[in-house]
Amino acid sequence: MANTAKTAPQPGSTDPSLLRNFCIIAHIDHGKSTLADRMLQITGVVDGRDMRAQYLDRMDIERERGITIKSQAVRLPYTADDGVTYILNLIDTPGHVDFTYEVSRSLAACEGAVLLVDAAQGIEAQTLANLYLALENDLQVIPVLNKIDLPAAQPDKYAAELARIIGCDPDDVRRVSAKTGVGVGALLDDVVRLIPPPVGDSNGPARAMIFDSVYDTYRGVVTYVRVIDGHLSTREKIVMMSTGATHELLEVGVISPDPVPSKALGVGEVGYLITGVKDVRQSRVGDTVTSALRGATKSLGGYRDPKPMVFSGLYPLDGSDYPELRDALDKLKLNDAALAYEPETSVALGFGFRCGFLGLLHLEFVRERLEREFNLDLISTAPNVVYRVAMDDGSEVIVTNPSEFPSGKISAVFEPMVRSTILAPSEYIGAIMELCQTRRGVLLGMDYLSEDRVELRYTLPLAEIVFDFFDALKSKTRGYASLDYEPQGEQDADLVKVDILLHGEPVDAFSSIVHKDKAYTYGVMMTGKLKELIPRQQFEVPIQAAIGARIIARESIRAIRKDVLAKCYGGDISRKRKLLEKQKEGKKRMKMVGRVEVPQEAFIAALSTDDSAPKPK
Amino acid sequence: MPSTPPEGSPAPADGSLPDSALNGIGSRPFGIYVHVPYCASRCGYCDFNTYTAEELGSNASRAGYAEQAIAEIRFARRVLGDRDLPVSTVFVGGGTPTLLPAGDLGRILGAIRSEFGLLDGAEVTTEANPDSVSTSSLAALRDYGFTRISFGMQSIAPHVLSILERTHTPGRALAAVTEARAAGFVHLNLDLIYATPGETEQDFANSLQAAIDSGVDHVSAYSLIVEDGTRLAARVRRGEISNVDDDVAADRYLQADEALSRAGLEWYEVSNWSLPGGDCRHNLGYWRGDDWWGVGPGAHSHVGGVRWWNERHPNTYGERIVAGRSPAQAREVLEDEVRRVEDILLRVRLREGLRVDRLTNLGRDVARRAAEDGLADPAELAAGRVVLTQRGRLLADALVRDLVD
Repeated sequence: MANTAKTAPQPGSTDPSLLRNFCIIAHIDHGKSTLADRMLQITGVVDGRDMRAQYLDRMDIERERGITIKSQAVRLPYTADDGVTYILNLIDTPGHVDFTYEVSRSLAACEGAVLLVDAAQGIEAQTLANLYLALENDLQVIPVLNKIDLPAAQPDKYAAELARIIGCDPDDVRRVSAKTGVGVGALLDDVVRLIPPPVGDSNGPARAMIFDSVYDTYRGVVTYVRVIDGHLSTREKIVMMSTGATHELLEVGVISPDPVPSKALGVGEVGYLITGVKDVRQSRVGDTVTSALRGATKSLGGYRDPKPMVFSGLYPLDGSDYPELRDALDKLKLNDAALAYEPETSVALGFGFRCGFLGLLHLEFVRERLEREFNLDLISTAPNVVYRVAMDDGSEVIVTNPSEFPSGKISAVFEPMVRSTILAPSEYIGAIMELCQTRRGVLLGMDYLSEDRVELRYTLPLAEIVFDFFDALKSKTRGYASLDYEPQGEQDADLVKVDILLHGEPVDAFSSIVHKDKAYTYGVMMTGKLKELIPRQQFEVPIQAAIGARIIARESIRAIRKDVLAKCYGGDISRKRKLLEKQKEGKKRMKMVGRVEVPQEAFIAALSTDDSAPKPK
Repeated sequence: MPSTPPEGSPAPADGSLPDSALNGIGSRPFGIYVHVPYCASRCGYCDFNTYTAEELGSNASRAGYAEQAIAEIRFARRVLGDRDLPVSTVFVGGGTPTLLPAGDLGRILGAIRSEFGLLDGAEVTTEANPDSVSTSSLAALRDYGFTRISFGMQSIAPHVLSILERTHTPGRALAAVTEARAAGFVHLNLDLIYATPGETEQDFANSLQAAIDSGVDHVSAYSLIVEDGTRLAARVRRGEISNVDDDVAADRYLQADEALSRAGLEWYEVSNWSLPGGDCRHNLGYWRGDDWWGVGPGAHSHVGGVRWWNERHPNTYGERIVAGRSPAQAREVLEDEVRRVEDILLRVRLREGLRVDRLTNLGRDVARRAAEDGLADPAELAAGRVVLTQRGRLLADALVRDLVD
């Protein structure tokens, strides 16, 4: 079965006409990793014995969730049906909405893409968005239906759907089972035949595009590049064109599937380089690498600084873990150019960090790594977006934490907007439109992908999406809808800050910036929730929601009247004392807001968005 | 006794106590508690260490109980040495002590008398189930030297007794009080339980009035507690009956305090009220940190800062006693700070109050705030004692959490 060529072309001296650079565009569980595994096996790069399921997903979390976040590139020598040995570079792409920019750079490193769709589910919104991105980049797209071995597969239906979207013949849609391997060999031959080889100036000054950058404890930053023009050699001095920083190439090489150092990377080739830098910010995705000597003067373009879109306060549950949290963030930052954070103090939650993320998944991913790899117990505040507040006096305030919303005379508040695509069975159109309407969405257009599947396009405030939009969408469509969105400027909106006051004291962690029309609902929801979560105190505790000095909602926690155990349990004083000790422990975990004791759990529960909005039945 | 014993360190097989515990013994009142772990049937709310004949499989252990208790009393004497140590209070509790023949209780008391001696005017109490006493058994107890009987009345309302799964009729406890008085008992207690689901304010008023009218000199009133593992807890979990409502319990407590004090029964401990001279001195010993030896399965003891508790099962307990070994399952030797915390925890429940000098500066601030907030009596505080107000008694545990700082 193994198809390794004994005399495969070597890195640094591979004729571009023998190269095929491609990626797989697929939704999270549509089988991308399994297909990649099968390709590794068929090309003999990994033999069956060593086959670890989903070889390319290195991190535990990724393997557990079955998603790939950091992309990699593997060099696969493959002898095609024409008897010639080609080099296939499979470039893995991140599969989530938060990483659109990284996806676009991965796509820019390729000439073609395999569009992989589950034959039982059809295309999903993120896949569609990435497909459009690939088409914009002029990539040759090979449509493939996976999981044709499943009893629930409907290959004819979804082949028609894909054909309609791409504008090809349904017969051109390949059918494979990555699990059993059926059709994968033929697909590799199609990759060779249909995807064009890279074209570049082999004698020109070196220009290589960074499409990924990964921190490795032992090697420092490992940078993945696609050489567009010229070549890069070991020991050569290089320049990062966005910053002008110079580094020495300590090592260049290819991944196959373990790193193999080589003398050079030639035109059209894909590989890695190591310069000894310790922070991925010094080797940024999208940047152009050139030679320090007689280098290119013009970059490849397309570089963009990662811009945090969603912010959340991260606090250690145990205040004494603050230094550990700081160290952990410092470490994660080495491998995550998009992660931004700065120290923040909350009256309610103590010392923590205000962190900026590309999106919700990015947030969740970082939080999970902090908890898992660094053993930290964290509270995160409800995610919010960045607001630009224009004041009457002409000044401007950027708000990344709702409690810092200015209180002076405000002339306008601007919030970030997104352009979103929702794919769903057509029976849910009404429900989706209703949802988008309540989330201040504006319909841009609607298209039928097939008889019973529809694509809806909306502009929506990002703030509405980060709240609980995705959960609501899933529940209104029984899990059938998929969502993708991309930033699209900002809009002036009627936004206000709602504060929550406990016994007259504002609780910073609960302040929220909401649309004026929803302030009352938010106030009622939050005060009601807190009433349930905060235990009764020795005095009555009013809970109020306020916009400035105006109270818009109010609840109150009645004073506790009895807190005494009547019995002495036949002289078992030890039991009584142990109960006291346990209660004292519980008291330690309370946060004081003025004179009110609030259990940490109440903060966590109140801040979780899970049940913050009434779920449709 | 609760369903699970506390954790502790191993107790020595010979029961020996550190010198620190034995020093000063005899300078404080010394009591003996005798736990009789038998009941005719188990009440639905009860999680005490007690067994029905059915649960034990045979009556053998019940018949041999007195001998075992006497053996432990002799063991106690050996451990405590031959110093002069007359007993000031004896309390026989359960379970249902009166399930044993009065003669057994008499022999146990006799052993206490011969091993330690009873102080003049010693208080000798037994608990009794109204169902399991008669005129003659009460007279016999009086003859043996018992001075006080505590009856479990719980409620006068039949539907409340039925939820509690008490087997006696509403009037039986009151009749037993009359019989006991006829037998010569002056000191009598009735236990009441309030806030049972389904009990109305009027039900409890009737119970209080009946207890007052019976002329007893002592009333204990406890809020029903739904303890884990009881049949009552299972019924609450299944939704057959609602749980105890703390606000209702607070109302009932106030109701009890008002009614009892109007009748001349003053509180001397959070859950206990008495006519002058009617305090239960044995119980006061628990709250004051006095010394007592607990005899019987699962019984707790305290001597000079060492607390221990016996093996809970009558069979295990019996084996230890027969082998001449300490029946203690585990013990705790309390450090000074723990003793201070316990002192606060216990004494603050008493009408006589807690001496302010047991508190740290932080604790004294808490006491001052408590007085300002109406939880402690300001005049008493000025005189150097923390004495809880009516509202303070209802929030005693919350206050203790701060006072111990």
